Amino acid sequence: MARILMKGNEAIGAAAIKAGCKFFFGYPITPQNELPEFMAREFGKHGGTFLQAESEVAAINMVYGAAGAGARVMTSSSSPGIALKQEGISYIAGAELPCVIVNIVRGGPGLGGIQPAQSDYYQSTRGGGNGDYRLVVYAPANLQEAVDLTMEAFEVADYYRNPVMVLGDGMIGQMMEPIEFKEPKKRELPSKDWATTGTKGKRKPNIINSLRLAPAELEKLNHKIQDKLKKIEENEVMYEMYNMEKPELVFCAYGTTSRIVKNTIELLKSEGINAGLIRPITLWPFPYKAFEEIPETAKAILTVEMSCGQMVDDVKIGISGKLPVGFYGRVGGMIPSPQEIVDKAKEMLGGVK
Amino acid sequence: MINERVICAGFGGQGVMSMGQLLSYAGMIEGKHVSWLPSYGPEMRGGTANCNVTVSDTPIGSPIITHDATAAIVMNLPSLIKFESELENGGMMLINSSLIDRKIERKDIKAYYVPANEIAGEIGSGKVANMVMLGAYLELTKVVKVETVIEALRKVFGPSKEHLIPLNEKALQRGAEAVKEQ
Repeated sequence: MARILMKGNEAIGAAAIKAGCKFFFGYPITPQNELPEFMAREFGKHGGTFLQAESEVAAINMVYGAAGAGARVMTSSSSPGIALKQEGISYIAGAELPCVIVNIVRGGPGLGGIQPAQSDYYQSTRGGGNGDYRLVVYAPANLQEAVDLTMEAFEVADYYRNPVMVLGDGMIGQMMEPIEFKEPKKRELPSKDWATTGTKGKRKPNIINSLRLAPAELEKLNHKIQDKLKKIEENEVMYEMYNMEKPELVFCAYGTTSRIVKNTIELLKSEGINAGLIRPITLWPFPYKAFEEIPETAKAILTVEMSCGQMVDDVKIGISGKLPVGFYGRVGGMIPSPQEIVDKAKEMLGGVK
Repeated sequence: MINERVICAGFGGQGVMSMGQLLSYAGMIEGKHVSWLPSYGPEMRGGTANCNVTVSDTPIGSPIITHDATAAIVMNLPSLIKFESELENGGMMLINSSLIDRKIERKDIKAYYVPANEIAGEIGSGKVANMVMLGAYLELTKVVKVETVIEALRKVFGPSKEHLIPLNEKALQRGAEAVKEQ
């Protein structure tokens, strides 16, 4: 199929339509506005319903409702808006409903700024709302991946009955790259016999709820959710190993930052330093096992993020103390340059030699 | 091997974003790797706009241009001041001399001065000043074929604006002529 040049935000919307999404509820916020704008314009032509809610809280509760009725549904926002949605996301996880949530991250904390950031790592990968649950979190590094992972997100959400997040940043949302819309990979999905679609007088009503006052019952639900999350950890981890044959230094970076690190690796190569990259594609489940595959040539790990080092915790768990873990980051919408990362890499290698 | 990293910059409304998009579009049609990254933010009317375009024969790492632009197309003075330092050694700057009355300061880059607004006015519309600059850039670098840019333009415009194609074609051509002698 022909390649199309599209903005990231629009491409994610187009991918959702292609994946059979039927409802979109959102509320405007930069830098993801082109996504609801695209849906407002295009969704109706494909049998979808677009609705701009009165707030982020309303939007996520509309998602809760549509998901409970068994529809493929999506919402999108950016950092502070996603913070507002956390109550609803927790309810959706508690009611074991599938949905897709897009976060085009901007600098924080608070209202922060509108430039790209990766400072919602903790919020995305640790659940985000109250209670014991996790979201599957996809972090695309380019627009083709944003499209492919958005389609996959709907399948995974339905397969596990769990909310799934697609985590981009302002750059992924705003930039244009060629995209090819391939047919989404279909999983064998169980029928949604739990959905509230009307009994027609023929069955007992289905109930969608996240309130369980009996402790034993709530404990049972928690165990069920944990069993499901374990399966996700076993089956859904995605990562890329880049230039990892004989690296002296191993970078760990995801999304936009991983692209900058790839340029850094080229710069280091021209100076005779061989570096590789572990790029998590799923941030949860985190690719801990990638760190077991690091060759013995590696002397250190350098995590690079557009945050103050939120992913460092997971990198340290992954490497289990076998190698020193360093960190370089820029925040607040500042983007690290390849040269800055080169300098930090050399400083680190100097230190561990 | 092509690995062009171009900054297109000017006032909002000068068509710098669409200039960059057309270049990306044409690169894609010719089967190259391309990326287009806009600046975005709270800008006032008449404020500055710019985009980073990469056209490459190999996969693109970072779409951000940091001090390694191979070319900059600047449509106004603030853009010249802002982006002169972003060019790599030996890079080229295309300057809209209709609106910028000063020369560049760096000695290690090439400069081409194109009176884009005047040329655009002569051929019928000041709005195609961006296409004049793009024509000049393509003449100097041959990153993509002019015909491919026209093909891209047809796709962007659609049939209802087919009548604007000849004007844009002319603008590209006059831009190319403007730098042939320099």
